[in-house]
Formats: sequence, C-alpha cells, structure tokens
Amino acid sequence: MGYPHHPNPRETTVLSKHFGEADARTLDGWKKRGGYKALEKALGMQPADIVNVVKESGLRGRGGAGFPTGMKWSFMKPGDGKPHYLCCNADESEPGTFKDRELMRWTPHALVEGCAIGAYAIGAETAYVYIRGEFTEPLHWMEQAVKEAYAAGIIGKNAMGSGKRIDVHVHKGAGAYICGEETALMESLEGRRGNPRIKPPFPAVSGVFGMPTTINNVETLIAAAPILMNGAEWYKKMSLSNPKSTGTKLFSVCGNVQRPGTYEVVMGFPFKEFLYDLCGGPLHGRKFKAVIPGGASVPIQTMEEAEATLMDYEGFVAGGSMLGSGGVIVIDDAQPMVTVIARLARFFAHESCGQCTQCREGTAWTTKILERIRDGEGTVEDLDTLLDIGEQMTGKTICVLSDSCAVPVISGIKKFRGEFEALIQGRRFHPVTAAVA
Amino acid sequence: MTPDLVGDLESPDYASHDRAAHGPYTPVFTGDVKRELDELLTHYPTKMAALLPALWIVQRVHGWVSEEGMAEVAGLLELTPAYVKGVVTFYTMYHQHPVGKYFIQVCTTSPCGICGAEDVVKALVRHTNTGELGLTSPDGRFTVIEVECLGACGFATPVMVNEEFIESMTPDKVPELLARLP
Repeated sequence: MGYPHHPNPRETTVLSKHFGEADARTLDGWKKRGGYKALEKALGMQPADIVNVVKESGLRGRGGAGFPTGMKWSFMKPGDGKPHYLCCNADESEPGTFKDRELMRWTPHALVEGCAIGAYAIGAETAYVYIRGEFTEPLHWMEQAVKEAYAAGIIGKNAMGSGKRIDVHVHKGAGAYICGEETALMESLEGRRGNPRIKPPFPAVSGVFGMPTTINNVETLIAAAPILMNGAEWYKKMSLSNPKSTGTKLFSVCGNVQRPGTYEVVMGFPFKEFLYDLCGGPLHGRKFKAVIPGGASVPIQTMEEAEATLMDYEGFVAGGSMLGSGGVIVIDDAQPMVTVIARLARFFAHESCGQCTQCREGTAWTTKILERIRDGEGTVEDLDTLLDIGEQMTGKTICVLSDSCAVPVISGIKKFRGEFEALIQGRRFHPVTAAVA
Repeated sequence: MTPDLVGDLESPDYASHDRAAHGPYTPVFTGDVKRELDELLTHYPTKMAALLPALWIVQRVHGWVSEEGMAEVAGLLELTPAYVKGVVTFYTMYHQHPVGKYFIQVCTTSPCGICGAEDVVKALVRHTNTGELGLTSPDGRFTVIEVECLGACGFATPVMVNEEFIESMTPDKVPELLARLP
C-alpha cells in the first residue's frame, strides 16, 4: 500500500494488514489481532508436522533466493545432540528493498512470533534477529516487542507454558551490506569481520558458532504464522500464475513513481497493472523507461519486458529478470541510465568485503569505467571491457556480491546500449522532460 | 552526480579531526554499563559474539571508538586489540575519530539518486558549513557523510541525524531540520 496506509482493493493484505496501526505494535494490540495464537498452536504440534505444513504450503524464501522454506527447515536433523540456532536475516540492505523495515516497525510481534515458531520447528532454543545498524526505528520496536514477550512468558525458559525454552535476541549490525549474505551474517554475529564463508559446509551442517543453523528472511518467518493458522491449502490457493509460487508477496516500490510504498499482492499478479494502477503510474509528464524489479542485484527490465511480466518467481525470470527481494526500482525517461548504473556499481564497490580478487578489483574497475563514460570521457573500447570484466566477475567468487554488480551492468549495456554509445560519442543525455518542464 | 562533492572510492579525508583534543580516556565498562555487558554476554555461547554490541556501547558513551576503547573491549572479551581494530575497520558505522555533535548520513544510492538525493547532500553541506563531505563544521556541530542504501527507498531521500531516522528529506526542508536541532 502507498502512504498513508490505505490498501488498494486489489491488494491481498495478509502480512501488511496492520501497517499504520500504532496499537498493533504493543503486545495487547497484537493479541487483540489474533497474535500468538499461531505460536500456541505450533507448540502443541510436533516440530516435524510444522515443517510439513510449511513444506506443503509452498512457501519460498522471501529474501532473494526463493529456496523452499519447509525443505530448508527439514535439513535440521533432530536429536543430533548439538544446539541448533535460528537466524533471522533483518539486515535488509538491498537497494530498492524496504519491506522488512515496514514489517518490523509496524508488526514487531509478528516477527517475534515467527522466530519462535521457526525456532521450535527446527529444534532451536535460540533465535537471533540480526538487524542492520541503520534501522534505529525497527530496532527500537523489535527490542520493545522482545521485552514484552519475555515479560509475558511467551518466550523464555518456558515458552507459553509448553516447557520448551525459546530465546529471541535482537542483534544490531554496524553498517555492512555484505552481512545480509547468510554466512557473512553468521560471521558478523560471532563478532568477526563480515566475510562470507565458502560453502559447503552449508549452515544446516555448520552455521553460527559452528552449529546447525537455519537462516530465514523476516517476511518468510512472519508468513509461517498465518500458514499454521489457516492451513497449507489456503496458502497454496493464493497463486495466480505458477503453482510453484504461492502466497502473497510484499513488493516495496521506489524511484520515479506516483505512489511509492510497500504493496502486498498474490503471486502472479500482472506487473503492468501493478505499476500503473496500484502504484499510480509515472510522475506527471514523464514515462517509465526501465524497472529493476527485485533489488539492485537483478537484471534491469525494459518496459516491454516488465509490462508482460507476471509477478512470481518464474514470471520474473521469463521477463528477463528475477523476483529477488521484491524491491522494485522504477526509472523514468528523465534519468540517464549510465548514471543510474554507475551509481549502482559504486554501491557494490563500496560494499565488497574484499576477500575475492574478482569482486574487489572488478567492482572498482567497473565503477571507474562507468563514471568515466558518464562524465563524457569514455572510449569505444570501454563497453567491451565492461562486458569482459562482468563475465570475469560472474560465478567465480565465494558469494554472489560480485555477480550482483555485474548483473545490472551487463543487462544495462545490452538493453540500453544506445545511451552508453551516445555519451561515448560526445552527445549529452537530454532528459525527455527537459522539454516538458 | 556532482563530482565536486562526491569523493573517489577511498575514504574521506579525516585529517582535520583532532583526536588528541579529547583528553584522557575514561573507561566505559563500569557500574551499570558493565552490568549491561554482562547481561549481553548471556545471549551468546562465546564472548567474542558480544563484540559488536560492546563496540556500540563504547560509541554510545564516548561518541566514537578510540584505540583505547578498542583495547578496553579487547580486554573484557579476551581478544587482542589488533583483532578488535580489524573488526571496527570493517564496519562503516563505528566512528574511528570524533565527529560533530550531529552526525548526518544521507543516502545517495541509485533509488534515492534518481529522486534528487544529490541536491539534499549539497543543501546539507552548504547549510551546515562543513565545506566538504566527511569534515566537521568549525563550530563542531555537524558532520555530513554520504552513505549507501539506508533501506527506506520509498521515502527518498532518507537522512539520519545521529539515531534519528528522517524520511522524505528535500533541499527545501534542510534549513528547518537544522534549525530544530538544539
């Protein structure tokens, strides 16, 4: 929904239903809205049954990779004699993405409940919510919610009188995009530099503190509660296109659009109607030129591609991109693409942890070349050099930050080559709207 | 983009910050603050895991994380000062030098960039009299830096003043924002 919080009738608000209701942030307010009923139900079930319900629902990870959540939970073997851990990835830093921020600042108890359900399902006694340091407001509400939940005995030594111990701790990051990468997050949580680890071993075998760990996105964990309450069938039915993509998804929309905000739609919703009806279309006198639909790390879509896309995991791939984190960046005809892409590359150069040469050097070279082109000092060879660097940066590093930098650059050059060439040939970018304004 | 305001990929020049002017170091972890750390240590199976939270406490008390602060934390968590410094320098939010009373962070990553974030940066640098990104104004009140994605892209341009998160900042609103800071 845009702001103020009035959902569009075409939205399906399951997770975002209580956005804008200040009262929903308190324990009493959350309970009035049916809060913690799902946890109560979960604690009366066998963990394996919870995993099965989530598996059956078709819920997939909402952080970017789209891995089936139930399957991820099933990797945690019960009775191995080791402490298990749940990590909630609330290090939302992907440019264009701000849905988890909304979830945590409006419905913090939903996340405490989701963490407790997840922890119980995977046999963990401790869940850590790793929140990026810049999120002072979500952090405040989360700390408050955790405190209230402990005081009410909902979590702690004897969670809701079940005899099970479930601790939830909020952990504040300190400014590093890379800590949103799951193994970097674990390194950071352990008190180290946030350098991603080589996989395998995967977190389910050796995660945080060397113990079996599951890491889930905020939105994924919050979705577990309504699935448990309403059943897997209910969730599975919310799918407009491909049965492999089920449920609702939050899309955070930003950039050059009438109504930026966080919208919740059923998987498979037509992207064209989403952009023009729900988000209100382009700003006055302008036209959409391109969309980055899943956060800065996914390929840029032309409007032809975007308008033919159905909004689910498979639909975005068919439309030449990826669903990613659901961070929709809308770019209009007043923006020079080279500037937009150069700034993205600079972001990745700044955030590279520096472990792998391809990434450390590649992101910096890419940025320098793009900024040279932007400033009218590019040469004809630069585009080939950029594509070559991009190729060398793809699939060769410990984590995918390097690939993430190459993706918008390669797709940008392929889809908007004319703008690059014009700058190289000494023609300046003339925003279409210069004539309108 | 404004090349005159946007530095290159290297860190801003912090040479103007006078570390020595801040007097002798007073330990952070005594009394209530020590108890706060002891409580934090119960959250984790290792002492090292309390490193990031402990450094946040140092910054909260002193306004920045000095080498003495790093050494104090290292002693409490059974780490070496060099290790702690390695961690501090990895993260962008720990100040390794004193900063202005109001530390202002402006997001200029692409989603905000296409909504006019550069103009907000220019207005902030001009009205705070800091002269340049990363430097502190002569009266010691302000430091302005450009940061990567603050995660509030739908509310371009987000600005953080110390712990306060301000959405939808525009160049016009900058004087009003600065005027209300005590």
